[in-house]
Amino acid sequence: MKILVAVKRVIDYNVQIRVKEDGSGVVTDNVKMSTNPPDDNAIEEAVKIKEAGKAKEIVAVTVGEEKAQETVRKALAVGADRGILVKASGTVEPLAVAKILQKIVEKEKPDLVFMGKQAIDDDCNQTGQMLAAILNWPQATFASKIEVKEKVLEVTREVDEGLETIEVSIPSIVTCDLRLNEPRYASLPNIMKAKKKPLEQIDASELGVDIKPRIEQIKVEEPPKRKAGIKVSSVEELVQKLKNEAKVI
Amino acid sequence: MSVLLIAEHNNKEVKQFTFNAITAASQINDDLHVLVIGKNADPVAKSISEVPNVKKVIHVDNDIYENYIAENYTPVILKLSENYSHIICSANTFGKNLMPRIAALLDTSQVSDIIKVISEDTFLRPIYAGNAFATVKSTDKKKCITIRPTSFDAAPTSGGSAEIVKGENTDPSENTKFLKKEEIKSDRPELGTARIVISGGRGMQSGDNFKLITAIADKLNAAIGASRAAVDAGYITNEHQVGQTGKVVVPDLYIAVGISGAIQHLAGMKESKVIVAINKDGEAPIFSVADYGLEADLFDALPKFLEELNKLNTIQK
Amino acid sequence: MSREVMEYDVVIIGGGPSGLSAAIKLKQLNAELNICILEKASEIGAHILSGNVFETRALDELLPKWRDLNSPIKTKVSKEKFLFLGKKKSFSWPTWLLPKVQQNHNNYIISLANLCRWLAEQAEGLGVEIFPGFPASEILYNDDGSVKGVATQDMGLDKNGEKKDSYEPGMELHAKVTIFAEGCRGHLGKELIKKFDLNKGKDPQQYGIGFKEIWEITEEQHQEGLVMHTAGWPLDNQTYGGSFMYHAENKQIFLGYVIGLDYKNPHLSPFDEFQRFKTHPSIKKYIENGKRISFGARALIEGGIQSLPRMYMPGALLVGCDAGTLNMPKIKGSHTAMKSGMIAAETIFEHLNQQKDLAIYEEKFNKSWVYEELYAARNVKPSFSWGLLLGIIFTGLDQIIFRGKLPFTLRHKHADHETLKDAKDMPKIDYPKPDNKITFDKTSSVYLTGTNHAENQPVHLRLKDPNLPINYTLKKYDEPAQKYCPVGVYEVQIVNGSSKFVINSQNCIHCKTCDIKEPSQNITWVTPEGGGGPKYGNM
Repeated sequence: MKILVAVKRVIDYNVQIRVKEDGSGVVTDNVKMSTNPPDDNAIEEAVKIKEAGKAKEIVAVTVGEEKAQETVRKALAVGADRGILVKASGTVEPLAVAKILQKIVEKEKPDLVFMGKQAIDDDCNQTGQMLAAILNWPQATFASKIEVKEKVLEVTREVDEGLETIEVSIPSIVTCDLRLNEPRYASLPNIMKAKKKPLEQIDASELGVDIKPRIEQIKVEEPPKRKAGIKVSSVEELVQKLKNEAKVI
Repeated sequence: MSVLLIAEHNNKEVKQFTFNAITAASQINDDLHVLVIGKNADPVAKSISEVPNVKKVIHVDNDIYENYIAENYTPVILKLSENYSHIICSANTFGKNLMPRIAALLDTSQVSDIIKVISEDTFLRPIYAGNAFATVKSTDKKKCITIRPTSFDAAPTSGGSAEIVKGENTDPSENTKFLKKEEIKSDRPELGTARIVISGGRGMQSGDNFKLITAIADKLNAAIGASRAAVDAGYITNEHQVGQTGKVVVPDLYIAVGISGAIQHLAGMKESKVIVAINKDGEAPIFSVADYGLEADLFDALPKFLEELNKLNTIQK
Repeated sequence: MSREVMEYDVVIIGGGPSGLSAAIKLKQLNAELNICILEKASEIGAHILSGNVFETRALDELLPKWRDLNSPIKTKVSKEKFLFLGKKKSFSWPTWLLPKVQQNHNNYIISLANLCRWLAEQAEGLGVEIFPGFPASEILYNDDGSVKGVATQDMGLDKNGEKKDSYEPGMELHAKVTIFAEGCRGHLGKELIKKFDLNKGKDPQQYGIGFKEIWEITEEQHQEGLVMHTAGWPLDNQTYGGSFMYHAENKQIFLGYVIGLDYKNPHLSPFDEFQRFKTHPSIKKYIENGKRISFGARALIEGGIQSLPRMYMPGALLVGCDAGTLNMPKIKGSHTAMKSGMIAAETIFEHLNQQKDLAIYEEKFNKSWVYEELYAARNVKPSFSWGLLLGIIFTGLDQIIFRGKLPFTLRHKHADHETLKDAKDMPKIDYPKPDNKITFDKTSSVYLTGTNHAENQPVHLRLKDPNLPINYTLKKYDEPAQKYCPVGVYEVQIVNGSSKFVINSQNCIHCKTCDIKEPSQNITWVTPEGGGGPKYGNM
């Protein structure tokens, strides 16, 4: 079995986001970038499946600028065998990423595609489902447990009401929740070895898909600052206000 | 053209978030149709037909729709989509799972998780976990939108009488099977999705004192949160931590007790609809974001708070 | 699990200006050398904090074509000001009366972090291997006692030091020569200085704590290229320190404050002095309609040549501020750090090629312009132990009239941890509450540093005696860690009526002040798990 894992390079989750003054986006120059956190879970799960003898090869793929190869290198350092960087500049919307990944899937013919459930930059939560749709594959989103069985996967999903378990046939797409596993560290010896693993670079334009944005970003602004409310003088007044004014209890 | 909203339900009752999504959808276009896909879901179709904002209910009923599977829902929606300018559902795990599958097959770039309708093609949505707001305009002909339910009021649930028409089912997917659902039995809701969160900070002074918070949480069916300071001090385990490095929560009501309001903490809760702060220090930064501030010793205020809650006849849960 | 081993010709600990310059110079001298740099930050530049007005002298020698290589050195200094601040008033000192070392018209306003990122690109282009996120935590020695290399930190230990499921052992990196370039108060450098007695006969090292904030200010207040320094208020005459304000590109200013860690009053809070400083009318006017976008703090070396340890030992060299090459009156250390790294590279080249002893490092260093600079600067900092006014008068004579050639050398008498007086004998300081517009509290400041340390790992701020803070330091000095730590890592809490010393090590921004100033040297800073610490952007 072969697993394709899609990863994304995003602003590190510890970095405080700063909106550009001209409203054109957020500041990304000289900002620490990392792998999108749930994508680390996706890689980890693929590596676990390979270690259990149920997969032979793991290919990590990303779409982005030249520097996004750092993210693929990190995937290689924790256990992916090969990497692919599809070079594209500017905003590439989830639909376009899904179309690019469709081409990669046609070329690589993986049995499973894993990725994080959502990227922490645009917070779209779309790519996995879109790829599943255009491939006409089943999808298992928000996975918090994956069992590989004969020709099928049994996946436990984190849904609003609790946990849901579904069975999807292989090939299929799985998007991973942070609770799926605890990603391992990229150790220094493995980072050194990863430098020697193959990393193929493809220009998005060679794939023959339309990746022009369909959504115009008119402006990006800071969320409105909350205004201070009122001080209440007693617990009684507080409860009355919550009940009758705010109507939340 | 009309807009089509996909209802979420459990075949008996409409899920609350659908009513919030109805409000948003009718702001885009008041010719709002709601699609109910289910098994023996007549009561659901009926409830929705009573929502005044709804102009028409399309009800597709078949055994294959007993459980919600995106692969089975999608072809039904695609078949109907021709007549609609917008396809809409709520941005919870239901809508997040379903909508991109529809959008991709309509070759539409979806707009996720909107918090405000600016016009029928322009929307406001949070990015970077709410640390920035983007105004975006969809240039696709057909628009696929998911709605953050907590940003819109729930639509009124009675007074309307929309017509209910039957729709056709499509063939089920062979590749996805529902196996089981475990509703989490814990009486306490999850921190991330609870409607009410009550959090304690360093001011609690000990782990034992958190029982004051627990008592109120039980009464309000609230989740229990904590500031990093309280977690660092060992009063409570770190899965309760709210803030930049902990969970980000957006409940209807957030009650901060003995929390000074370090900016990391504020980052994790400032989007809550109503914020209450109870703190001894009248100058604590938490008061600058609180809708209702009570300057008081929490050890007096919390028991009194519980007492007052007990006096109420009804409490929303 | 045994540790894997990698052999290199040269291993460099720390990806700052000195380490990167050493690597580049070595590759220029011999492209065949295998060189690796370990950096504890999650990426190069993320733990770097500096003013910075940059003198290009060392860079001109290292990469003469830097102007053509898209370097982040853009804003030339165009105007200079020096102010003495009184409580409300200020007095501008004419620039022509400043010592030559404090004149900056040939220098540039830069972000040192960005310079390091750029130097790292140059180094990688030459084939240097750089591994960010891997702190060297342990020095390895050969049987003959010489330095064999280093080992990186184990990863995946819980707070009790037990192995978690994710445990990964550290790795040994062996080298013919190891260069320690950790910056001020490097924790391995500290071990080497002790083990090889490198500071024998030298004065105790002197340190300062430096703060820096980046502000975006209005066009009207911004003058790209302006360099302004102040002395005086809010510090008293006995406390050494001052501020800087550099107007960089993109309407940003770099606003900072440095306070000598030889201050005496345990109630003094360097962080709050800096915050208070910003309320002075001559400073406030620049920032009151602006926005603070970054914050950070870092200790710096002020001891100069009197305190500079021997920089060579069997198998290893110390470079940059791991030894202490900063030029205090110039308020610059980047060019000297770079040059010391370059000299180290030349030394190693000759050592490997011609079997010359590493001791030639000292000869080369003493013949270089770095030594000349540091020698001329040597008397400035100690003269301020007589107070600000006498310090200024002496410095005027020493630097303007005698150009640093007075026939004597003033000594540093005390280490910084020895200077605190008893809390009861010193005045308490009442700092104003932050207004959250121009002044801020520690918590909202630490948030801007992006610092984080994985939870459930051993505390990297170690107490030799865990009871000392409450039993002794609190009583005698009111536990000054609460004050000198710029991000509130240390707190004394009252729990059930008794005091408890709490270490919020997650907040640590690796400034090393506690390791320096703790009066009993009871706190030792060790490396946390890789990648932890601040995530500075363009500091």
